[in-house]
Amino acid sequence: MNVVVCAKQIPDPAAPPALDPERHTLVRDGKLILDDSDAYGVEMGLQLAGDDGEVTLVSMAPNGEVSGLRTALAMGAAKAILVSDEALRGTDALGTAKVLAKAIERVNPDLVIAATESTDGYTGTTPVQLAELLGLPSVTFAKKVTVEGGKVRVERQTEAGYDEVECPLPCVVTVTAGVVEPRYPSFKGIMAAKSKPVEQLTVADLGLSPDEVGFGGARQEIVSVVPAEERGAGEIVTDEGDAHERIIQFLEQLKLI
Amino acid sequence: MAIDTIWVLAEQQDGAPVPTALELLTQARAMAGTVKAVTWGGGAEGLAGTLGEYGAQVVYDLGDLGGKLPGPLVAAALAERVRSGDQPDAIFVPTTYDGRDIAGRLSARLDVPVLTNVVGLVEENGELRSEHAVFGGTQIVTARFTGARPGIFVIRAKSFPAESAGGGPASVETLTVPEVGAVSAASVQQRHVEERSGPKLDEADVVVSGGRGLGAAEHYALVEELARLLHGAAGASRAIVDAGWVPYSHQVGQTGKTVKPTLYIACGISGATQHLVGMKGAKHIIAINKDPEAPIFSVADLGIVGDVHKVLPKLIEALKARS
Repeated sequence: MNVVVCAKQIPDPAAPPALDPERHTLVRDGKLILDDSDAYGVEMGLQLAGDDGEVTLVSMAPNGEVSGLRTALAMGAAKAILVSDEALRGTDALGTAKVLAKAIERVNPDLVIAATESTDGYTGTTPVQLAELLGLPSVTFAKKVTVEGGKVRVERQTEAGYDEVECPLPCVVTVTAGVVEPRYPSFKGIMAAKSKPVEQLTVADLGLSPDEVGFGGARQEIVSVVPAEERGAGEIVTDEGDAHERIIQFLEQLKLI
Repeated sequence: MAIDTIWVLAEQQDGAPVPTALELLTQARAMAGTVKAVTWGGGAEGLAGTLGEYGAQVVYDLGDLGGKLPGPLVAAALAERVRSGDQPDAIFVPTTYDGRDIAGRLSARLDVPVLTNVVGLVEENGELRSEHAVFGGTQIVTARFTGARPGIFVIRAKSFPAESAGGGPASVETLTVPEVGAVSAASVQQRHVEERSGPKLDEADVVVSGGRGLGAAEHYALVEELARLLHGAAGASRAIVDAGWVPYSHQVGQTGKTVKPTLYIACGISGATQHLVGMKGAKHIIAINKDPEAPIFSVADLGIVGDVHKVLPKLIEALKARS
């Protein structure tokens, strides 16, 4: 089975984030890494693709960055398509879905996997917008995924527990963190990844017009960014064996006990 | 251009609208003259009383969806309605699993953008602007749509209070669900309800959450025990959910639930921004962590620098001795 995994490359979440002073969008220049949330999708894709199929990564970045994709290729993905174009700067979730849909149509996969949301922007709608644009059914918030007889069976997270959902292929599935344990790239994998194909495409290559993407295509803007009301730190107690007594007092003050 | 009409997606659970739907109706009726609720899954007549009470004049009901996932069908029905000329200024969607599916599908169908993770709404020059907490809730971003309406806003739980307006039941109008073909092929075979004792996580007055500082999955029992003694709910950080110690349904934070209890007790949670977003709205916060530098202490009213394995058993014993 051939699987497309949507893989986002993001600024290192451990580094302090920055906003563009003019547009107030997240600064995504410089080195980008594979979003941790997507490592689960890559692993799931590799397991489902099996020996007779392969995983193709599809990604979008304004600056031609590939280091995050190399990580996923080192895990075992066969190849990647990176849509990279200055015109993509400022693209919103729907614009991203339009770009990814055009790129995925070139691969014509049996299954598309994405994370439920990215770690940096966490809009959380791109995979479903993508499914709608591709004319495919979707199952979101999968915590378990199996494929049998041309159908995907998913345990889908719900407010009350989970639903067993069945859906014919091809379809889009979004996976939660923890759905599988992502493998660490082996040394051999890392070496092999260096020579795996990464096809770079522009917005024009996909047949999209520049005004469907970027800041113009987003049709939304950030008006202001202000510091939130600070919640001040309170009393700090170092436990000397009796800190629980202070907690009891606190609970009494709140009349919770 | 004023704001005339707002639609609110009123998802139901156990035969009643989800609390966020009532919060959104309360906010919608303060901002627009006409408020319509959208229901699906059957039983609209039974929901119309509560929905009317919170501000809906009309319920657009899509009926029972026959076990299909609601996303594509609800989106298609609403898109058709909008295209026919019945166009609201905004559509409010609760941040739920199905809500996000519907919002995404509707956005693509209507070719209009969507703003998600909304925590506040304001009106300015006759248009809606949404507020979003970013960077662990330290900054508030205000955003607006610049293109055609309707604006689709996906709004987080507990962003607004739910207050009854005391109105009578809403009138129910049935909308036809169009034939959409392959996109609606996903169907629910079986539902599993996880056993839960005590209040729901997002409705509890007290929430006790555990994080990686617990050290091992079996120590989560301490968190559950404390939650039980305080008649609260047990929550978790993303770290221990990802590690498989507890189910995702316990997760508090950006990717999990937003809670605003009277008291939040964070046990062995460092306070990553992703967690703080989900709980810093609590009225009071107690944090127990052995690292005095942990960011959780910057939001705690009472911070205990200590080992959860020492503090929690003593606290539990003391509470048991009182009862």
